[in-house]
Amino acid sequence: MLADSRKENNNQSKLKPRDWCLPLLLPDCFSCSPDGSILARDSSVVGNVDMGTPSVLWNVAKKCFTVGVISLTVSDLFASIVPVRGASMSPTFNPKTNSLLDSLSDDRVLVEKLCLRKYKFSHGDVIVFCSPDNHKEKHIKRIVGLPGDWVGTIYDVVHIPEGHCWVEGDNSASSLDSRSFGPVPLGLVKGRVTHILWPPHRVSSIERKTSRNRVSPS
Amino acid sequence: MRQWRSIAKEAMDRASIIVKFLCLLHVTDAYVVSSNHVLGPSMLPTLNITGDVVLVEHLSHRIGKLGSGDLVLVRSPLDPNKTLTKRIVAMEGDKVTFSLDPTRSFSSRSLVVPKGHVWIQGDNLYVSRDSRHFGPLPYGLIEGKVFMRVWPPSSFGLLG
Repeated sequence: MLADSRKENNNQSKLKPRDWCLPLLLPDCFSCSPDGSILARDSSVVGNVDMGTPSVLWNVAKKCFTVGVISLTVSDLFASIVPVRGASMSPTFNPKTNSLLDSLSDDRVLVEKLCLRKYKFSHGDVIVFCSPDNHKEKHIKRIVGLPGDWVGTIYDVVHIPEGHCWVEGDNSASSLDSRSFGPVPLGLVKGRVTHILWPPHRVSSIERKTSRNRVSPS
Repeated sequence: MRQWRSIAKEAMDRASIIVKFLCLLHVTDAYVVSSNHVLGPSMLPTLNITGDVVLVEHLSHRIGKLGSGDLVLVRSPLDPNKTLTKRIVAMEGDKVTFSLDPTRSFSSRSLVVPKGHVWIQGDNLYVSRDSRHFGPLPYGLIEGKVFMRVWPPSSFGLLG
C-alpha cells in the first residue's frame, strides 16, 4: 500500500502541470470522488516544493466566490453602504469640507434598495441615481417634485412628466442637479438613503425635508 | 439534546445551500444572462406579436460594447416598472432624422443625440412608442442586449 502510493506519487510528480490544472478544471471530482482526494493529497505533497497547496487555494477561492456572490446579492436587493463625495448636499452630508482630510471625513451612508421593487417615492426622499449624462457617475440628491407636480425654478415653472422626478441638492449654491439637466427618469434611481453610518458622532437617520411653497401638485 | 443539535446543524446546512443557490441565481440573472418575455406589436417584423421568450445578456452594456442596430432591453422612462425592447438607431453624437407619423415623410425633424444618451426605435414605426415620443434615452436605463430567441421553437436562433 505504501509502496503503491509512492509509485503514484512518482507518477504524479512527472505529470506536474496537468495535476495542477485538474483540480481547477474538475472541481466535483476533486472534492467528491475518492480518486480525486488521493490525487489532491499527492499533489499537495509534490506542490509543497514550489507553491502553496492547491486544495487550500481551491478552498480559499471557493470561499471568496461565495462571499462575493452573497454580498453582491445583498447589495443589489436589500442595502449597501456608499461614501458621499462633494458638498452638494452640504448641511445633510459632509457639513465641513476639509481639503486635507477629504477622503477620511467623507460620510458613509446606508442605501436601501427595497424601494426599487415598486419605485414608490415621496417628496423629500434622498435618493442615489445614475447621472443622465454619464451612466458611470452616481449622484445623491433630494427629491423635490414627483410626476405631475409643477416645480418653480428661478426662471420658470416646470411640469414634471410621467415617470420622472425633480431632484435638487440641499446646498443649492454648488449642486449639479435637475436645474441643469432637467427631470430625471425614475428608472435611473438606484436606492434611497436612510441613515448616516460614518463618522461615528454623526450616526443618525435622515428625515424628509420638503419645501411646500415651491411645489404645487397638479 | 445531541440529537436536536445535529438536526439543527443539518437544517442550517440545507438552508445555507439554498441561500447560496438563490444568490448565484440572482447574480447570473442580473449580471450575465436572463430570459425575458416580449409582448406587443412594436417590433413586428423581428419579434412576433403573440409573445416571444428571448435571452438578454447584461455584459456588453457594462463594458460599452453596444452599437447602433443592436436590440436592447430598456427600462421605460415613462413607467419605471415596465421594460421595453427596442432597437438602437443612433448613439451619442450621431444625427437622427425622424418623423412622428411615418405615412407623412415631409413632417420629419432631425437632431443630434446628446452625450450619454441613445436613440431607440421600434421596428414597426406605425405603432411603436419610442424615442420619437419621449426623446433620447439615458444610457443608464439600458438593462441588456437581446441576442437570442428561445421560444417559439420554430424560430429558435440568434437575433441581429
